[in-house]
Amino acid sequence: MTDTTRGDVRLSGISKKYGSFQAVHPLDLTIPEGSFFALLGASGCGKTTTLRMIAGLEDPTTGTVRLGDQDVTALPPYKRPVNTVFQSYALFPHLDITENIAFGLRRRGIKSVKKQVDDMLELVQLGDHARKKPHQLSGGQQQRVAVARALINHPKVLLLDEPLGALDLKLRRQMQLELKRIQTEVGITFVHVTHDQEEAMTMADQVAVMNAGRVEQLGSPAELYENPQTTFVANFLGTSNLITAEVADSSGDSLVVKAGDAKLSLPAARTSAETRTGGKVLLGIRPEKISLVHADEAGTIAAGRNRITGRIAQSSFIGVSTQYVIDTPVCDAFEVYVQNIERDGRLTPGTEVVLHWNPEHSFGLDAAQDIDAGTEEEVTA
Amino acid sequence: MSAFMRWVRRNLVVLAGLLTLGFLILPNVIVMVFSFNNPKGKFNYAWQEFSTDAWTDPCGVADMCGSLSLSLQIALWSTIGATVLGTMIAFALARYRFRARGAVNSLIFLPMAMPEVVMAASLLTLFLNMGAQLGFWTILIAHIMFCLSFVVTAVKARVMSMDPRLEEAARDLYAGPVQTFIRVTLPIAAPGIAAGALLAFALSFDDFIITNFNAGSTVTFPMFVWGSAQRGTPVQINVIGTAMFAVAVICVLAGILVGNRRKKHA
Repeated sequence: MTDTTRGDVRLSGISKKYGSFQAVHPLDLTIPEGSFFALLGASGCGKTTTLRMIAGLEDPTTGTVRLGDQDVTALPPYKRPVNTVFQSYALFPHLDITENIAFGLRRRGIKSVKKQVDDMLELVQLGDHARKKPHQLSGGQQQRVAVARALINHPKVLLLDEPLGALDLKLRRQMQLELKRIQTEVGITFVHVTHDQEEAMTMADQVAVMNAGRVEQLGSPAELYENPQTTFVANFLGTSNLITAEVADSSGDSLVVKAGDAKLSLPAARTSAETRTGGKVLLGIRPEKISLVHADEAGTIAAGRNRITGRIAQSSFIGVSTQYVIDTPVCDAFEVYVQNIERDGRLTPGTEVVLHWNPEHSFGLDAAQDIDAGTEEEVTA
Repeated sequence: MSAFMRWVRRNLVVLAGLLTLGFLILPNVIVMVFSFNNPKGKFNYAWQEFSTDAWTDPCGVADMCGSLSLSLQIALWSTIGATVLGTMIAFALARYRFRARGAVNSLIFLPMAMPEVVMAASLLTLFLNMGAQLGFWTILIAHIMFCLSFVVTAVKARVMSMDPRLEEAARDLYAGPVQTFIRVTLPIAAPGIAAGALLAFALSFDDFIITNFNAGSTVTFPMFVWGSAQRGTPVQINVIGTAMFAVAVICVLAGILVGNRRKKHA
């Protein structure tokens, strides 16, 4: 594994400013060769601008873009070994599918393109449509042509700018698997820009979560989900219950924090905030990690678990699970997802309940942040 | 209600369409029919008898074919000039933000909006003050000027509706600026450019007012027709008119055929 840095994409101090608007703050990012990398964030967070700077379609205000050993910052897009799949696909309407796919090869003076185009059509399963015009294909088919048109050039990096954004949900799921299959098959580095956290998590090996022109956190999907380090990541990837608490004891491996009457335990290793005794901290817990019991059976809860009392405000049955919203003294609208294995018929709105979870599943965040950053209401506002 | 009235009701749209079509085509039919006339006097206004004399000798009238050839030449050159300039202006207006862009945008429409007779008179004043020799070149300059706005309008609409990502995609796929223009931009803008060019040709070929003011002693085909109408109308004028109409119809039909075939193949 001595060669692993050869094809890496390395962004150093790269930033983009439009007039007085800082679209991307200086950021450093290394995308390992052969990985499926996702840039995830809400619209306007700078993810597409970052992608376009790698493609050469946007000149960075500061910083450099390196592909392996080569500094490509000053190269125009047509001289970079990088290809893009555009959100609108941008298929050439006056050329048929074959000529669309062969476009890159022809521009580089390659005459015999038939074999390669046929291979590509097979890879994206569009062999029967070679002579059709783009407008005669469905959205999903056009999307695959756009992928084939880029991949035929064997780029060092394939850039995908929200390539599934225009497809309906079912097709999007299908194309996610398809793209993942193609990436595994060809082994090229994919950089995928998306605002859909589920898409990023299912497809990518590594995800960089971007917000307001900055990378908030970088890691594998599981790492980001299990151990978010900012409220934005905690709320944008899935749902988190965040409790404002006061640190009561920060001496051990586990912090003891107080929220209202409840004393909760929080692993110090999973806390990204500075913790002094008496200081504030946000304790986070994912809704599916929480168990719910009727208040009458509070005695059955094992010792050593974090527990909070509350009253069910809403419950919605969605098949595999039931989602409860629970009013608690420490956090209103506490979300709890319970698998429908053994349903307790008494758990209806208005019922007094006790929530409990393994303290190891809690994570701690800096309390100085906006507690609602990255929630749906905030993003769409 | 009678069966007839019901039938009329059901086919009212078709009837109205046919009547309008007849209204449009009737003058052309008259021109065509009278090209086979053999008039008694100098004027070809009353039907006498069928004859193909004019068709077998289309250039039989003095100076007519000369003026026709001049008109075709002027139409060709002004089409080329207006299309090249107009396409460039359209791209500049659609793509770039520059100072006085708004002013240029509205000035371009002036020749379309201004009464032709005013433009003709002011052009003549300009040419006379510059001491220009009236003739082929002054006509050509005038025609390019008024055709320009039509080309700009047609091409601009096309360029504006073009997805800028297409050119980015071309650049991303190893096409330099020149290749991008030739392989992507131009083919996609082509229908707009062709429409502008056709419009320019038709406008230039049959322009009378501006040409009449700025031609000096040169005589174009529309001027010849106007002049001869005072002294008598030779049947050959109808022959030329019918031939032009036929050429236009053939062009349109060919366009439809090619389009249909492409659709079937694809």
